Parts: sequence; structure tokens; C-alpha cells
Amino acid sequence: MCELNIWGGVGGAELRGKRSVSPPPAKYGGRHTVTLIPGDGIGPELLNHVRELFRFCCVPVDFEVVTVDSSVVSEDEINNAVTAIRRNGVALKGNIETNHNLPPSHKSRNNLLRTSLDLYANVMHCQTLPGVQTRHKDIDIIIIRENTEGEYSSLEHENVPGVVESLKIITRVNSLRIAEYAFKLAREKGRRRVTAVHKANIMKLGDGLFLQCCKEVAAGYPDIAFDNMIVDNTTMQLVSKPQQFDVMVMPNLYGNVVSNVCAGLVGGPGLVPGANYGKNYAVFETATRNTGKSIANKNVANPTATLLASCLMLDHLGLVDYASMIRKAIFKTLSETRLHTADIGGLATTSEVVQSIMREVQKTGPLTSEYI
Amino acid sequence: MAGNAWRSTILKLLERYGAWITGQRKPEEVSRVMGAVKSQTQPRTFSRGMQTVTIIPGDGIGPEISSAVIKIFEAAKVPIQWEERNVTAIKGPGGKWMIPPEAKESMDKSKIGLKGPLKTPIAAGHPSMNLLLRKTFDLYANVRPCVSIEGYKTPYTDVDLVTIRENTEGEYSGIEHVIVDGVVQSIKLITEDASRRIAEYAFEYARNNQRASVTAVHKANIMRMSDGLFLRKCREVAENFKDVKFTEMYLDTVCLNMVQDPTKFDVLVMPNLYGDILSDLCAGLIGGLGVTPSGNIGANGVAIFESVHGTAPDIAGKDMANPTALLLSAVMMLRHMGLHGHAKKIETACFDTIRDKKVWSRAVQYTALKKNPVSESVTLILLFIGICLSKFNVV
Repeated sequence: MCELNIWGGVGGAELRGKRSVSPPPAKYGGRHTVTLIPGDGIGPELLNHVRELFRFCCVPVDFEVVTVDSSVVSEDEINNAVTAIRRNGVALKGNIETNHNLPPSHKSRNNLLRTSLDLYANVMHCQTLPGVQTRHKDIDIIIIRENTEGEYSSLEHENVPGVVESLKIITRVNSLRIAEYAFKLAREKGRRRVTAVHKANIMKLGDGLFLQCCKEVAAGYPDIAFDNMIVDNTTMQLVSKPQQFDVMVMPNLYGNVVSNVCAGLVGGPGLVPGANYGKNYAVFETATRNTGKSIANKNVANPTATLLASCLMLDHLGLVDYASMIRKAIFKTLSETRLHTADIGGLATTSEVVQSIMREVQKTGPLTSEYI
Repeated sequence: MAGNAWRSTILKLLERYGAWITGQRKPEEVSRVMGAVKSQTQPRTFSRGMQTVTIIPGDGIGPEISSAVIKIFEAAKVPIQWEERNVTAIKGPGGKWMIPPEAKESMDKSKIGLKGPLKTPIAAGHPSMNLLLRKTFDLYANVRPCVSIEGYKTPYTDVDLVTIRENTEGEYSGIEHVIVDGVVQSIKLITEDASRRIAEYAFEYARNNQRASVTAVHKANIMRMSDGLFLRKCREVAENFKDVKFTEMYLDTVCLNMVQDPTKFDVLVMPNLYGDILSDLCAGLIGGLGVTPSGNIGANGVAIFESVHGTAPDIAGKDMANPTALLLSAVMMLRHMGLHGHAKKIETACFDTIRDKKVWSRAVQYTALKKNPVSESVTLILLFIGICLSKFNVV
């Protein structure tokens, strides 16, 4: 099967002077093809809303749906998904549930996807959204989390019965890579400071190496201030004074904790989109990666995070106008119309919110496919 | 007579600063906040009614806050005699790092300790002092009750939870290797025995302190074998404690829900690293490490209560430090020893001091913003003692 690469071969990315991610090759007749992995829980219904919205706004994106059944033991389905993403270059996904009562040979499907595609940077932009009531105001933090190694290496063994060892791997190459990514992103977005989060006072070699790599990279960016903070102090500062943070970079597990804390601070898991970037591929999903089993198919889930993730995807594809149009409509619904779902204190259903967003788009945007 | 003269001087001083309101003030019923670590207290050997407690002042602001606590205990006439010891890492026979033998002896004899903050060097030399202490006395459980303090406003109100953290293994086993140049491996150790022990402790604590539920915090979706083992042990122990509700939750879900609605949580039990992060997160919810007490329970009846904040070397010796954390930990210690009356008196006095905005605002100002108007700061400890004194003499 031959891939039609419109951007002129492997050197496409370098020619266009882009950062680390090359534009996706799957573009036929002006329409992009994106892999869609519905996942479990609220994933399928929210991603259906995304498709509905895209159809309504006439966004030139086609979805190739690949289902991954979390209960199946074989890894064929996730491998198919990986192949599809390699083909299309970009994916939008819901979270795939991991049953942690199954034996260790059954690995987390989400983790497999990330490591197979080498999506080394997980980027999450937490900002206080207009119209959402929170305890803290004026939060604007970008969290960059190493996505492939650290505590998520899934290397465990039981040498002596009753004693389990789990390995946390930190490598110089990956630490340099993520630090480089963080500083480049900070410079691009005009950010002033990067904070490395670690626990090097206890894990002297592992986190010590990570911190060392961050310091080395920081030396090459004199215009950006660099400091570091221990992870427990970080969480404490986040709940008392989150406004002090700008850009944060950290290994995998601390990234998990810090990103969930920040998501909670700005209003919850239903509001924040996340992106996973690799050298050649990009996968977009909600930042906190929840399946939301308890609210699945009840029409109460908050579609904001998934819709904003799809906007990030449109930005990545270069369809910036569509992205800003949809984003503006979402923010208007949140702040002016104040149509909120239950998780942020309102009474609206998911479909009501999506309808409202479509109405906003119709009011301000180009001709749409139907009239609401 | 001299005592009365001293008392009236202090009261006059307090009146001048507006911290003391003449007239009867009924000490409010304080909830069993710093709950007894154990409900049954073993009869301890008393010599002339005095119980010995080893006190480790620590570094930085440690010595000053320790002396503040000692003074307050003297004022409250608590039957404790203090044995002061210092801990510095020394290399024992065989090249292993250990704490000085006098400190170990004193602790083994008294079984109860109160510790100030100890310095931890980053990425160098000997292991952390706190880690050494834990290893020496097998302090397997770290208990941190986090309750919102009335009068100290934070964005979170009505926090009332306890974090119980496995203190000896997990990610802090200290086992790291450089596999090849540029690749480092840290080993996280989870054992059946330690997991069972901490789970049993957590359920016993919940039962003894009338807590409704215990939640195990884990990441078994990723670390299937290690956190899976921890979870299995928790489930097994839960079978023997049917009166306490048991739930399991992922670490990220706990963090997410904790910053949105901390009232959902009761007792949390977890391995070392998650415990470290979560207990500090909860401390941040109620106002920081400066007001959070902490207790470490060991295998042989040893218990060390400590203040968990840093050594704050920049304000050391300037008489600006806030002794609340160490004081509340000392109150926790009194409850553990069965001296509930004294514990209640001191705790009430402490909360009253905090509730009194004038004193407290200056204390918080000093510790939080690190201002240094020397003339006013001198009264801080005196005020604490004064208010305690006045409380103890009021019927």
C-alpha cells in the first residue's frame, strides 16, 4: 500500500521549518483523514458529538473509526489502531479502560499506543475558563509530561514470592528530548519560565539525571528562566497559589498527579483537552484520560474537553480557522449562554450543550450544512 | 506568689496587645481532631509520675520551635521529662550509615519521640536523615490527620481526612542503578508483609477513631504487579473489618476529586510515593505544612511525632518561626500516651490563639511573607505561652 505524501518526501517537515511533528500525510482531495478510537465509557458518545459538529461545520476531516475492545485479551485490535494511526498520522481518541484485576501480561492499551508510536510529549494547557466557577482564578499553566518511560515502563517481576519489584527507568536521551520540547514550546508561546518537577532528594540517580538534563537544556535558552521544585511541594503550592506556575516539565508519574490536580483546579476533567505529540504522530484526547463509566450513555457528560481536543487536532492539521470558530462557540456557550453540564454545577445535558455550540457557530460562522 | 506575679505580667502584656479578652471564655468542644493513634494505651513505666520523651530538635528553626513546645508543656504542667538528642548521619562499622547510638538508646528506652525538621541534602552523600530514622525504628506508618482549622482561611473548608502512608518501602527503597551510561533504573519495592501491615494499621485506626471508610489509593492499571499486590492485601484485610467501608481509587482520580471536593474522602491508605504527594496535597488544603501534625508509628511500640515542614534556614534564629505544627504533633503524641486532658487543654489553647486574628495574622505574616519587624516578633512565643497559661488557670 503506497502512501501519497503531498509534502514532498521525508524532508517535508524540515522544508516547512516546523518543530518536531511533521504534517500528516493523509490528505486526499483537500480532505484530511483522521483515525478515531472511540474507547470506553463516555468516549463513544462524545466522539459522536464531535463528528456531528464537524459535519455541521463542514470541516474537511474524515474519520477512520477503529474500535478497540478493552475486554479482549489479544493485542491485535490495539495493533490495528496503531497501524491506522501510522497511516493517517493523527488520531482522536477516547480512553480505553484497563481492568487492573487481569494478570500483568494484559498491558494497558493506552500505554501500548503511546509507546508504540513514541508519543513522548503529553501537553496540557490548563487555563481558567470564562464562566466556570472555581476556587482559584487566573490559572494559566502548561504542563509537559514525559509520556513513554519513567514509572510507566511496565517492567515488573517477582523474584521472591511476596516481594515485587517495579522498575522506573529514566534515560538521558528521553529526558533531554522532553526538556528540549518544553523549552521550544515555551519560547514559541512566549512563556517566561519553565519549572522542572522532580523528587531528586530521594531518587538521587533517577530524578537527579532528569534534573541534570533539564539544566543542560536550560543553558541553551537564556531568555527563559528555569527553576525546579520537589513534587510534594509542587502539589501544595498548586492548591494554595497556582498562579505562580507558568510552564512545568516532569517525568511520567508526577505528570499524572500534577495534571490531574491542575485539571481539578480549573473546573474538572470535563474541561481540559490534552495532546500527545511524537516525532511523526499526534494523538488528541481529554487531558485526564477518564473513561467516565458511571455517567456513560446518560447524556450528562461534559463535551467541552473532547471538543477542545478536536480543536487542538484541527490546529495541528492546519485548519486553524475552523478551530478558532469552534473554540469561540464553546467559550460563548460557557460564559455567555452559561449552559453548563452537571460536573460544573449546571443542569444541561450533553446534547443541549452541543446544540448550543452549533447555534453559536451558525450565528457567526460560514454556511453550515443544516439549519438549527 | 512569684508565679502569680509572672502570670499577671503576661496577662497585662496580652491585654496591651489586645490578645486577651478579660472574662470567662468557655473552651469550645474541639472535635477529636488529632485522634488517638491507639485507643488502648499500654501502661507505661513512670518514674515519679514523669514520662520520658526523647526530643530531637533538628536543624534550622528546629531548636527554637522545640524550646517553644517545651515551654508550653511546662506551663501546662504536663508530666513529661524531655531527653534531648541530636541525630546526624555517622558511618557505622561495615560502612553502613546510621544514627548516633545515644539517640537510638534513648528512643528504645522511652519509646516516644518528638522530632523537629531535619535537613535533607539533594543528590549527594549520605541518605536522608528522615529515611535513616525510619529504617532504624521500622516506622512503617505515617499518619497525617488533615482538618480545616477554624480561623485560618483557605479556599477549602470542611476538610476532615487522614492520610496513612506506608513509610518503609515502595519508591523510596533507595535502590538505584546506572545500567549503562545515560540509563538509570530505580526500583520500587512492594512486599506482602509491609502491605498487609499498613492495611491492618489503617483499618484499626479507622475503627478506633470511628471513621466510616478506608480508601486504598493505587495505580494498578499501570503497575499491575506491585500496586496489584498492595490492593490484594488491602482487600484481604478489609474482610476482617466489615464495619469499615473499603473502596479503591486510582491516584489520578483521587487527586482530581481532592481539589474539587475534599469532603468526599475519609481515611486514605497508600504506598510510599503516593502517600508523600497526597499527604502534602492535603496539608496544602488546610493551610500548609506549618499547621499540619504528623505521627510515625513503628513496629516495636515506638512512635515518633514530627513537624513535617522544612528547616527554613532563612528564618532560623530570628524568632519568627511558627511552632503550630510541632505543637499539634506534640498534642497527637499526648493522646497516644493517654494524657487526653493535657492534650485537650493545649490543643484548645492553640486553636484559640489561631482564632484570635491579631496574634495569628502576625504569625502567618511572618511565616508566609517572611517579614521581619523584630520588635513585634519577640512577643510571638510569649503570646502562645501566655494564652496557654491563662487557659489553664481559668476554671
